[in-house]
Amino acid sequence: MTVHSTSPQFKQNAARALNDDQLQKALGNVKQGFIDKRQMAAAKLPEFEALRDAARDIKNHTLEHLDLYLEAYEEKVRSSGGHVHFARNADEARDIILGICRDAGAKTVTKGKSMISEEIGINHHLEANGIRPVETDLGEYIIQLRGELPSHIIAPAVHLNATQVEEDFRRVHTHLDAKRDLSEPVQLLTEARAVLRERFLAADVGITGANFLVAETGTSIIVTNEGNGDLTQILPKTHIVLASIEKLVPTLEDASQLLRVLARSATGQEMSVYTTFSTGPRRSADADGPENYHVVILDNGRSSMLGTSFEEMLRCIRCGACMNHCPVYHAVGGHAYGWVYPGPMGAVLTPSLIGVDKAGHLPNASTFCGRCESVCPVRIPLPKLMRHWREREFERHLTPATVRSGLQLWGFFARRPALYRFATRAAMGVLALAGRQRGRFAWLPMARGWTKYRDFPAPQGETFQARWKRERQGARA
Amino acid sequence: MSVLPLQGRPANPRVGLFVTCLVDLMRPSVGFAAVKLLEDAGCIVDVPVQTCCGQPAYNSGDRGTTRDLAMQVIDAFHGYDYVVAPSGSCAGTIRVHYPELFEEDPNWRAKADALAARTYELTSFLVDVLGVTRVDASFDGPVTYHDSCSGLRELGVQTQPRRLLGSVEGLSLVEMKDSDVCCGFGGTFAVKYSDISGAIVDAKARNVEEAHAPTLLAGDLGCLMNMAGKLTRDGRPIQVRHVAEVLAGMTDEPPIGVAKAPAVK
Repeated sequence: MTVHSTSPQFKQNAARALNDDQLQKALGNVKQGFIDKRQMAAAKLPEFEALRDAARDIKNHTLEHLDLYLEAYEEKVRSSGGHVHFARNADEARDIILGICRDAGAKTVTKGKSMISEEIGINHHLEANGIRPVETDLGEYIIQLRGELPSHIIAPAVHLNATQVEEDFRRVHTHLDAKRDLSEPVQLLTEARAVLRERFLAADVGITGANFLVAETGTSIIVTNEGNGDLTQILPKTHIVLASIEKLVPTLEDASQLLRVLARSATGQEMSVYTTFSTGPRRSADADGPENYHVVILDNGRSSMLGTSFEEMLRCIRCGACMNHCPVYHAVGGHAYGWVYPGPMGAVLTPSLIGVDKAGHLPNASTFCGRCESVCPVRIPLPKLMRHWREREFERHLTPATVRSGLQLWGFFARRPALYRFATRAAMGVLALAGRQRGRFAWLPMARGWTKYRDFPAPQGETFQARWKRERQGARA
Repeated sequence: MSVLPLQGRPANPRVGLFVTCLVDLMRPSVGFAAVKLLEDAGCIVDVPVQTCCGQPAYNSGDRGTTRDLAMQVIDAFHGYDYVVAPSGSCAGTIRVHYPELFEEDPNWRAKADALAARTYELTSFLVDVLGVTRVDASFDGPVTYHDSCSGLRELGVQTQPRRLLGSVEGLSLVEMKDSDVCCGFGGTFAVKYSDISGAIVDAKARNVEEAHAPTLLAGDLGCLMNMAGKLTRDGRPIQVRHVAEVLAGMTDEPPIGVAKAPAVK
């Protein structure tokens, strides 16, 4: 069981999001912020497009030999004094993590940003077992206070405005002076920093995600901008790395190539502020570091994507560029998608992980504009993979009956050119006559979805093929 | 059969016009504008009997119907030097997606590949294949141009229509903000997810209006009907036309979604 999904209610979620003025204002920041910065970063690096090819090839190679690289990685972690745990699903991952926390006698667990931890719902599980999880990424900290899921994979609180964060801080940080000034974002940041500093020092276990797991060295790599990841993994006695199987890369050289496209695609930075490598527990000569080092590697349905057309999705390095460039994401935000992963990458990945019967709306709610694919650093053909989901749905009769019967009727005529010409000629004649006065329709039966927001332009009347036959072929004969 | 290079192509290539189902049914004047542009450029244009490229079925996951329609198109258009469509979306379906439909059928795959290699979007065919640099047309006033997604991202149609528009006498091109961002049409998406589609086309309509050009052009009738429908619904007095109409100097028909003026007696 993974975290609860509202993906089946995507349409209702979307309608609510579209009517949420505050959210709509916040979504403006996604459009403005990320797109120009990525564009500038890409333009400044002449080899950017070639690097995207290299990034795709590295991930493809790794996925082809994933079993070997997983074993090699495990061996390296063990030899550096760490432990590797393989979790088939979310339940197993939660139990493994809870077990490690209990062994450490943990009361407080600090957490770096990790989408896998959202996927397995670890916070809830720890709380239910008397352990306090504390998110230390500012955005994650804010949404933890609000009891929300991230709405974006790298900017989890992008759906919020500063005034909402101020309200949350006043609600939760009751030990501080009620009259303090929090009108500036930097004041919010300073307050969060002060509160989190105490938590860092009190933590018994630190959990981080991983952007890459390096088979060659047994190293896990995280990229952050706040430095919270370092404090999470260095200060407590026990460090747990929680990552999914597709985070593997063969070598440090491969990881560094991928790092060159990751931050540029995500935030437009050349590199994130911190790029942190950790390999096993603290050695005797190390100045700091955890005494215990655990890696929990989650499958949760991913291995069944290998060898299928959805294997390409496992190249994803979670930069968020696809959602930053998606008109649907811009319109409804991340929560409407109803599970952990929003936007185009979520529209492909979510059906793989929780089932297309639950997440079927997501790959359908796309115009196939292709902007996601055009910016993906590992060149995942996202529209094609969404279409593959639509094909699976069609095969399994999950496509809505109205759509199916509409397609059938249309297909019947489209397969019969002579009948089609006859029927469309008659239909367009009638429609043109009916729309002659205004040149458009404000309402049409069978097209209410269309006419709810826009007029339907009336046809000119005679079809092209009828007129062509009359003017050209008639004249020639 | 491979693409004919610029030098090696016949002086009067035989072009099969893939008129597209929307142009056929809704706005035949676009098809005749395409014919004029092609004939002016020396092509011999023919229009074989046709229905639809199959895109609505393809994007709805109905591969069987798509394949049937693709075979129909492949058969109907197999004898021409080139196939040209006044649409990046339909040309993209034939050029990019038909070969994908027959991955397990080498016989049809070869035919699909051959057709794909000869198929072009109208403005890209005129500029990239025929080397047309100017058209014989005039148009009064500024226009703004929307890049339709499939043409732009599947076929690289971006500079070609702009270059041709630049040669239209009296026309000036004013770029809108985010001209390369989707209008929210997406075929059946506009009906299935009408709330989201409505929000996306609303943002597009604002950008169109802020360009302060009285005319909006694009190369795909689906997008044009979506944007025109939104602009008329909101009472924004912007005339919407297919780019081929302006390039061919055939703007006698009223713009999309506008009634014919009553005949003066």
